[in-house]
Amino acid sequence: MSAWSLAFVPALVRRERASLAAALCAPVIALGGAIALNLGLYVLMGRDPVAVVYAMLFEPFLSWASFSEVLLKAGPLLLIAQGLAIGFRAKVFNIGAEGQFILGAIFASAIPVWFPQATGQWIWPAMLLLGAIGGALWASLTAFWRVRLNANEILVSLMLSLVAAQLLNYLLLGPWKDPNGFNFPQSVMFQYDAMVPTLIAGTRVNVSFLITLALSIAAWVFMQRSFIGYKLQVGGLAPRAAGYAGFKEGWAIWLSLLIGGFAAGLAGAAEVAGPLGQLQRSVASGYGYAAIIVAYLGGLHPIGIVVSALVMAVIYIGGDNAMVSANLPIAAVRVFQGSLLLAYLIAVAFVRYRLEWRRGAHRSPS
Amino acid sequence: MNAIEFILAGMLAAATPFLLAALGELVAERAGVLNLGVEGLMAFGAVLAFIIVYQGGGHLLGFVVAGLGSAVLSLLFAFVTLGFRANQVAAGLAIGILGQGLSALFGKTYESLTVRGLPKLALPGFSDLPVIGSLFVQDIVVWISLAATLALWAIFAYTKLGLIVRAVGENPKAAHAIGYSVISVRVLAIAFGGAMAGFAGAYASVVYTPLWADGMIAGRGWIAIALVVFGTWLTGRIFLGACLFGAVSLMGLAAQATGLDVPSQLLSSLPYLVTIIVLGIISADRRLLKLNGVASLGEPFER
Repeated sequence: MSAWSLAFVPALVRRERASLAAALCAPVIALGGAIALNLGLYVLMGRDPVAVVYAMLFEPFLSWASFSEVLLKAGPLLLIAQGLAIGFRAKVFNIGAEGQFILGAIFASAIPVWFPQATGQWIWPAMLLLGAIGGALWASLTAFWRVRLNANEILVSLMLSLVAAQLLNYLLLGPWKDPNGFNFPQSVMFQYDAMVPTLIAGTRVNVSFLITLALSIAAWVFMQRSFIGYKLQVGGLAPRAAGYAGFKEGWAIWLSLLIGGFAAGLAGAAEVAGPLGQLQRSVASGYGYAAIIVAYLGGLHPIGIVVSALVMAVIYIGGDNAMVSANLPIAAVRVFQGSLLLAYLIAVAFVRYRLEWRRGAHRSPS
Repeated sequence: MNAIEFILAGMLAAATPFLLAALGELVAERAGVLNLGVEGLMAFGAVLAFIIVYQGGGHLLGFVVAGLGSAVLSLLFAFVTLGFRANQVAAGLAIGILGQGLSALFGKTYESLTVRGLPKLALPGFSDLPVIGSLFVQDIVVWISLAATLALWAIFAYTKLGLIVRAVGENPKAAHAIGYSVISVRVLAIAFGGAMAGFAGAYASVVYTPLWADGMIAGRGWIAIALVVFGTWLTGRIFLGACLFGAVSLMGLAAQATGLDVPSQLLSSLPYLVTIIVLGIISADRRLLKLNGVASLGEPFER
């Protein structure tokens, strides 16, 4: 017998049925654990923990100005994560949302870059649509490689993200560089009609936040109430059973990736047509990777994801605050994200398993 | 020096980070564990080695600390996936993000600083050969990596240890039934993979391009994971794949040196594009993947 099955080591025993209470508590406990762990790290780094907590966790809520920034940040995370979660549930691991997001931003920018003088109320909706198509097209490369060539979608989608980042650099340093931009790697500033209208006066929150909420409801209906969503989930849980029932795997992969790419592309378009107002390098700021954590932390459930996107946005805005007021390096946000996902993966084990402490809790090999 | 000699001279050194990380991932995957955190483990090793060497600790200590540090970080992955049976894809991504975050955090004050690399050692007799002679002038780590490749091949081909690791990856229930501890073997395989990723990162930051910059691993960890698939889980083919990627990453430099009018971004994305294309070609032959693939890869073990 190995050291791991000694009597004083608790054993994980599968529950008869998954615990709903544990499922609801897991993200909260994980968040608490991650906060405690990271505060410890900040203390070790010689930072004042009170100042960090205040800046990170309270300041974002203390003024409408900063809370509106939280909403602004939550938008793309929420949209991308909803798209990714549909795929993750079907066991299609698209981790290239970052690239699909960048392509969405690029496609959307094509209109104001090529037609800077165009006017009309059609411009920003057309940009959002074009961006979503761009993201879906970029994701379709992964789908083709996965379905037709049997290549691992994790690796292909990630490699395509790295290519997308280079493509963005190429455009901004070459053909799309603003000739009057003092050699900065950025496009021209977009015209007024290329900007998504503001939703809440005095803030940067725009109409795309409403679109994101509407699509979240659509994701909920799709996953929880539609037959196609049901088929996708069955395909993810029991591929073989799904195969016998006539659900085609290739079809599920195409659908998952196209939905994920569409959502990420739309988010990228909303970013350039919203807070940025031009195509610039900073559009590739890791939303696509952070959204993976948002999707898992929300339990891959459309409603959970709304909450987890807000939590993640608070961490981003709070991290920015802490960088200024508590001298915390911005990399601390990435450390927080990584440890949060790890803590969640541990906490979520208790949804399906419970700990047994009694002596000899391990069962003999069966 | 013409382009071919240039590529031959630099290929093995450029291949070494890919090779070391891919060999580590090979062992983990042969034991049935898919660790997607390699990129972060490499970044963590890279920053640890850089700090040690920059502070005057020497290259040997730098490599040791990098290997230990990344092995400890990978044990966190083992704890979550084996202890709590977490989804290996999600846990690997988490370790990757955590490793990259920690490397940026630790390396912040070292950004853009440089250290001294390692001298090249010539293999007597061979290094005087025309054209290919430069292939035999390499730093000590390259020579050790080649020896490690051979050793790993021999272990998997001829020893009981190799057989146990393969059994645990192939059929964990059977391995458990005949008395091997599946969990212990997998923990050790993950730790070995972590240490190798740490060495790979150390090579990148204190030997190959002896400087620290956030994001300097630049997808090498992911390419290393792809290399294991390219090599269809066979040591020799993984070595050849690593050489291919060493050469591809040099082709960009060679093309620029010859004044070829190609956007530098296209050359930078060459390794990624080649990865995508080769992955498609190899994976399309399902028979080839099945032949040497690991049956229980990515699945948690429950008694």
